Amino acid sequence: MATVIQGHAGIGPAVSGEVLAAADNFSARYDLDRINGVFSRPAHKLCGESYVGKVLVLNAAKGGVATAWMLREMTSRDMAPLALLLNYANPIIAQGAAFAEFPLIDRFETDITAAISTGDQVRVDPAAGTVAINGEAS
Amino acid sequence: MQLTEHEKAIQAGEMGPARQRALAQQIEVGAFFDAEDFVPVTQAHVMADAESLGEPGVQFLEALAAMPADQRKVRIPTITDPRGADFKAYRRINHDPAFVELERRADAAFRALGVLMTDTCINYQTMMPPVRGEHLAMGDTGVVIYSNSVQGARTNYEGGPSALAAALTGRTPRYGFHLDERRRGTVRVEVRRRPETWTEWGALGGLVGRRMASYYEVPVIDGIDGPAPTSDDLKHFGAALASYGSTALFHMVGVTPEAPCLGAAFDGAPPPPAVIGEDDITDFLAGHGAADDALDVVVFAAPQLSLLEMERCAALLRGRQIHGDVALLVATNPENKHAADRMGLTRTMEDAGAIVLEGVCFYQMHARELGEANGWTRLMTNSAKLANIIGGYGYEPVLADMERCVDSAVAGRIV
Repeated sequence: MATVIQGHAGIGPAVSGEVLAAADNFSARYDLDRINGVFSRPAHKLCGESYVGKVLVLNAAKGGVATAWMLREMTSRDMAPLALLLNYANPIIAQGAAFAEFPLIDRFETDITAAISTGDQVRVDPAAGTVAINGEAS
Repeated sequence: MQLTEHEKAIQAGEMGPARQRALAQQIEVGAFFDAEDFVPVTQAHVMADAESLGEPGVQFLEALAAMPADQRKVRIPTITDPRGADFKAYRRINHDPAFVELERRADAAFRALGVLMTDTCINYQTMMPPVRGEHLAMGDTGVVIYSNSVQGARTNYEGGPSALAAALTGRTPRYGFHLDERRRGTVRVEVRRRPETWTEWGALGGLVGRRMASYYEVPVIDGIDGPAPTSDDLKHFGAALASYGSTALFHMVGVTPEAPCLGAAFDGAPPPPAVIGEDDITDFLAGHGAADDALDVVVFAAPQLSLLEMERCAALLRGRQIHGDVALLVATNPENKHAADRMGLTRTMEDAGAIVLEGVCFYQMHARELGEANGWTRLMTNSAKLANIIGGYGYEPVLADMERCVDSAVAGRIV
């Protein structure tokens, strides 16, 4: 049976893919080496990990206004995550997702960083605000 | 979202495709945050350095700039955050001309839209301080937190595309800090030792910011007694708080306009406080030290320096020489640079070997490549915000007050 986790209605198209998750926060400018597609901030739990093509699952969007341009810049180079699931988005990440037509959902019924794990296969449906684990639709 | 007749006309494409697309994006964001309607704004402030834009972002701007005037001109006064290149001084820091060219293209495109190229993150000190209750669309976290907190204006974090959309439509979705109910305190912080230097104010901002769970947290800082903090004190505090916490509004009891007393900042009884103790600021600074005393570059930026900070820097440098193996960069906006030039402050700093940059910050100038081009790894700064973020660009940051930074630049090692 698929597990479906409900969040707030999100932004962007529906996608399916593999999860990269951590109980840490997210800023495109502060945390990432966007040229090589890896987390680069030494203190970050995912430092050294590649996020390209992954459903990225983190806690809160942090700092930096630059992320709003950066999502589209990353998608244009095919060096972007597949989708972003957060406990708390901030306006910047929502604006960036709208500008880039990038899948984003936040405010889940549970801590999303604990509910799904690195390696899980999920289906992300921003219009419905849902994440289904193991790729099955709700 | 409820739309006015004018907004429906924009949505229908009557004002052209650029404004139509801008409004559509704004509605997506508004719906995400359950906004009921739009609020007109009086200014937009666009963050768009070429590193963040990349080639796709610059092409987006150029496509806008190529549209007919009535479709592309901004509807409200629109200003800009720092550029990613100092067009006059970039060779002095070995800044790759390819990046500078990208900036030039972005600059030209913005001018075609009628944007005023202020290139500053301290507009509230040097351009147009907002007034209480003024609704804005500001695009720098330090600008947002200062405008909301110190001046009682109302803005969310508006990233480049969103601020530009507000510039084209003259409005922004009414959510977040435009709303009375979102401006109430959520967390109480009691400070036991008042910060003494700009660096300590930044450290306090970092300490509070680390505790912030989300963008909607509104910390109420209590315990800042005695003389009012200065604009530069609160600039450093707010910039660091915003950087560490993704925070857009704070109240400081007896200091900021929405917190004349503790009770005024909260709905209901104030919650029990988190305490920032006697040694917490010192410990924070100690935690941003280095393993050895090697030093490559000292940077004063993030935020751009006020005229008074430039004066202090000049006073510390007067009659001294920066060590040949160390660079010292000072970043400010064009207005302050002009003032510093005519007042002799630039000359004093440059005679000591400093490089004074205008219209830029530091971390927006392709800082990783800049570090590689100049051999800069160990970086010393008095900005808690910069120390927080520059590690992700390949630097080893050390945080210390301006005096110790200058002494170190002169000595050629961390002192």
